[in-house]
Amino acid sequence: MTGAKAAREPTYRDALREALREALAADERVFLMGEDVGRYGGAFGVSLGLLDEFGPDRVRDTPLSESAFVGAGVGAAIAGLRPIVEVMTVNFSLLALDQILNNAATLLHMSGGQVAVPLVIRMTTGAGRQLAAQHSHSLEGWYAHIPGIRVLAPATLDDARYMLAPALADPDPVVIFEHGSLYNVTGTPDPGAAPVDLDSAAVRRAGSDVTLITHGGSLGKALEAAERLATDSIEAEVVDLRTLRPLDDATALASVARTHRAVVIDEGWRTAGLSAEVAARIAEQGFYDLDAPVERVCGAEVPVPYARQLEEAALPQVAGIVAAARRAVG
Amino acid sequence: MAEFTMPALGADMTEGTLLEWLVHPGDRVARGDIVAVVDTAKAAIEVECFETGTVERLLVEPGATVPVGAAMAVIDTVKSAPEPAPGLAPEPARAGGPGATPLVRHLAEDSGVDLAAVHGTGPGGRITRADVVAAVPGKWTGKRQVAPRRPATGAQALPSGSRVRATPLARRVAAEAGLDLATVTGTGTDGAVRVSDVRAVIGTASPPTPPPTPPAPSPESAQTRAAADRQQAMRRAVGDLMARSKREIPHYYLSTTVGLSPAIDWLRARNRQLPVSKRLVPAALLLKAAALAAREVPQLNGFWTDGGFVRAPAVHLGVAVALRGGGLVAPAIHDAADLSPAELMARLRDLVTRARAGRLRGSETTDPTITVTSLGDQGVEAVFGVIYPPQVALVGLGRVVERPWAVDGMLGVRPVVTATLSADHRASDGATGARYLAALDRLLQKPEEL
Amino acid sequence: MTRRTAADPHRGSLGPPGGREHRHDLLREMLRIRRFEERCVELYSAGEIRGFVHLCIGEEAVSVGVHQALTPEDSVVTTYREHGHALARGIPMAAVLAEMLGRVTGCSRGRGGSMHLFDVGRRFYGGHGIVAGGIPVAAGLALADRMRGRPNLTCCFFGDGAVAEGEFHETANLAALWDLPLLMVCENNLYAMGTPLAREHAQIDLAARAASYGLVAWAVDGMDVLAVERAVRRAAQAVREGAGPYFLELRTYRFRAHSMYDPDLYRDKAEIEQWKQRDPITLLTDRMRAEDGFDDAGLDLVEKEVSEELERAVEEAGKGGLEPPEDLLRFVYSPAGERP
Repeated sequence: MTGAKAAREPTYRDALREALREALAADERVFLMGEDVGRYGGAFGVSLGLLDEFGPDRVRDTPLSESAFVGAGVGAAIAGLRPIVEVMTVNFSLLALDQILNNAATLLHMSGGQVAVPLVIRMTTGAGRQLAAQHSHSLEGWYAHIPGIRVLAPATLDDARYMLAPALADPDPVVIFEHGSLYNVTGTPDPGAAPVDLDSAAVRRAGSDVTLITHGGSLGKALEAAERLATDSIEAEVVDLRTLRPLDDATALASVARTHRAVVIDEGWRTAGLSAEVAARIAEQGFYDLDAPVERVCGAEVPVPYARQLEEAALPQVAGIVAAARRAVG
Repeated sequence: MAEFTMPALGADMTEGTLLEWLVHPGDRVARGDIVAVVDTAKAAIEVECFETGTVERLLVEPGATVPVGAAMAVIDTVKSAPEPAPGLAPEPARAGGPGATPLVRHLAEDSGVDLAAVHGTGPGGRITRADVVAAVPGKWTGKRQVAPRRPATGAQALPSGSRVRATPLARRVAAEAGLDLATVTGTGTDGAVRVSDVRAVIGTASPPTPPPTPPAPSPESAQTRAAADRQQAMRRAVGDLMARSKREIPHYYLSTTVGLSPAIDWLRARNRQLPVSKRLVPAALLLKAAALAAREVPQLNGFWTDGGFVRAPAVHLGVAVALRGGGLVAPAIHDAADLSPAELMARLRDLVTRARAGRLRGSETTDPTITVTSLGDQGVEAVFGVIYPPQVALVGLGRVVERPWAVDGMLGVRPVVTATLSADHRASDGATGARYLAALDRLLQKPEEL
Repeated sequence: MTRRTAADPHRGSLGPPGGREHRHDLLREMLRIRRFEERCVELYSAGEIRGFVHLCIGEEAVSVGVHQALTPEDSVVTTYREHGHALARGIPMAAVLAEMLGRVTGCSRGRGGSMHLFDVGRRFYGGHGIVAGGIPVAAGLALADRMRGRPNLTCCFFGDGAVAEGEFHETANLAALWDLPLLMVCENNLYAMGTPLAREHAQIDLAARAASYGLVAWAVDGMDVLAVERAVRRAAQAVREGAGPYFLELRTYRFRAHSMYDPDLYRDKAEIEQWKQRDPITLLTDRMRAEDGFDDAGLDLVEKEVSEELERAVEEAGKGGLEPPEDLLRFVYSPAGERP
């Protein structure tokens, strides 16, 4: 490292690091492991400095072997430790899917309630940085399909900072998805904030005409769309799901009961995706409150392309969200 | 001369902070030399220059954060070849603002946007990618990218004549108001009726507190059982009343067909100038005519009690309302003959809503002096009903249909309605009944006077 | 399982073909890659190339040496550090560069970018972005050749990091079990992104580990293009003749960071300088000066030739159009009637 760090506003990355530091300091059973988390500081710089502070036992570099180290996390958790496993990106997590689904999510049930797995897995998700088809997918909706795990998608600095402690306190596996486009987002986490209630979605903006339901990397776009709609006197309410499993549909439904219109925004693919689940629940439980078909703004059904104009076309964008909201409002 | 600019050092880097200069003005630099250290929010990175020459001057102080592509230093490039034409030199930083990153410049170029005309919303007024995209509506984001094989929402115009397209909420509110959705003009996609259209017709600007959503029918729930009990009781009460009516009242029946061309034409002309909420439907005229005819023929407007007919002082028009899940009530619209068609319509809606919600006032259930039953919306052409004791007459109205119709020896296709009368032979006879139907017909030919 | 043995590759009947002229060609090929990669740094810094870009500066002897021994009928599967392999395989410079600029004229139509170069006509089955993800695929290509009785091999490149992945071990066993015509080339540059070999592997002799699966395995100096070529020619011949899969550990070094996104804070600068003493281009040039009467004028000529090619490629690549977003959904499924 050359030169002194310039002072600057904290980023989402800093908030995640602060949460890790707090967790490591608070409980000696907690340790962090993953590819390049130690000496390198994390592929995306999240764990920078933690090795110096906590040593190589608690900040462990692993070989490139997702199945092995995620499985080791499962075992360590069963044995009473509180591992935090970092998988570099969600695309690489597929190499560990067997361990996550067939072990972490299943052991408690399969053992008749004997073997709990208090494991936290962190990974980067999402597109928008021209990283092409093997580093850009949003598969958190897939994970939300799995019973036995909790799935979190912190979209704000506060959630990045205050979701980890309750995730570690959860007796069951928790998978946390950090959207790659958020790491450099700046802000100031509320210093006095309490741990996030992991069972609750958050209303990020109040409105009366249409509900925009989203999570993670699309939250900023939804809020921007809401601002743009406001100039046309359309007041959009923005719901950040933030916990994708178990899904707090009550918050979204209460909002739709007020606004009578819903737009679901999900960077993941449309077919059989998370947006389909949200839309189905609105149809099941909020049918008589609807005054327009549920709109969905999703990632195009294509492996994410490299070229900038194609990638942008493949992802939900503000203009598309605005158009969907206008269609819903009529 | 060449510029040393803030390099792009990562997939998500838009700006960097200069930590330190490793060169000073006057220093010789060669292509590939490390000249500065930049903080990219991920780490401090040594950056190289791509020119060979002498550092002319440094434009940025350590600690400053500048966007990718911004000039940080000027390098005097020693070249044996003549300098390239000035037009080939990299664009100097924009005066009066930090300008835009190369990415944004490319985007602007690709999209044919003149950056000079774009308002920057980025830090320090910098033009961001979003600003450029906003300046090209539809270029990258807004327009539909591909024609899908099928519309994504499945929203297609239904063949005409099929069921009304309406949103669930609109259906719910319309049903509570007793409003026939077919009479509502939809403003939604493909003419779908939305709740605002319904509320415009009902005239409630603000939504009432929504009642709890009816529970999904699970066969064994207590609520379902209670509802079933209520229905059975209602069925029994209606059955008892009608049995008594048929046992005790010697009915006679008359029928006539009334031409509705003037009424429908007048309605159409009137409605054209009115907002949706003020528009009338044919039923309003029919009710008004039925009430006026009852005033003209008072022998049909009243009660049979204690073996004699008692004429009623006013026309309280009973309207038969079918309840959800079966059953029937026929509450009164008080002083119906004195109301305008528009007032009648509003009263009718209010009555239907409250009847179906089980919130009728006592007087409404006991006061009717003559009752109208209309099964037109069920597609029935003629209704021969059973009189509600102690009333002595019941008017039946069928559907408004188009029929070949002769007027003054000329045949045309006209809208007509079949009006029937069931009357108590103890209180009147056929001639009286015929006068009633004739009056009804006459009144409907002058809709403007109703 | 019997351990296969093979003669030392450096003492065989198979000398490099062509001698002097051939060495000249090798130098030009390595310079093409070096100058191309340097231009990529510049274009990335200017924001023209985006995403992740992994340069192979320092590792040119690997791609140039290996490709000498491959025929157009052989298949190649590689990793995301594949610019050198693409150029050595014969994919036009302009097509590779256009790909990184996201142009429709790129070898993957701008959909893949730096990490995903494909050219099926040249049997170049891609840069794979998932570490070790290409290795099982390469085994499948080899299996198809074997089942159809073709005399071809599949050459699969991967890094030292991939040897830690399960997919490598599963494939090594399968390829040996089925005697597949697979040439596994481990480009060992000593670092898995920021993790040095010794912190990643309990047993850092990768060739020895491969041999335990029954592969014939050699470790080779990956900075000496002639040594690489000699070893690969012998191995390729053996694989073609049905000797089963071979594993070559080519010991090399990247002079630059893991990617343009990597601050490279985990390596000692002195170590980098030490390896630069064994720059494959310098090594070959020195040898040519000593043996072929090569001089600065000759080097300038080659540089000029490469520079002209590069400028033409940059110009041509920049002219490539952008694929319209209307075409976004193409290539998700094959068009009807295009199924083999």
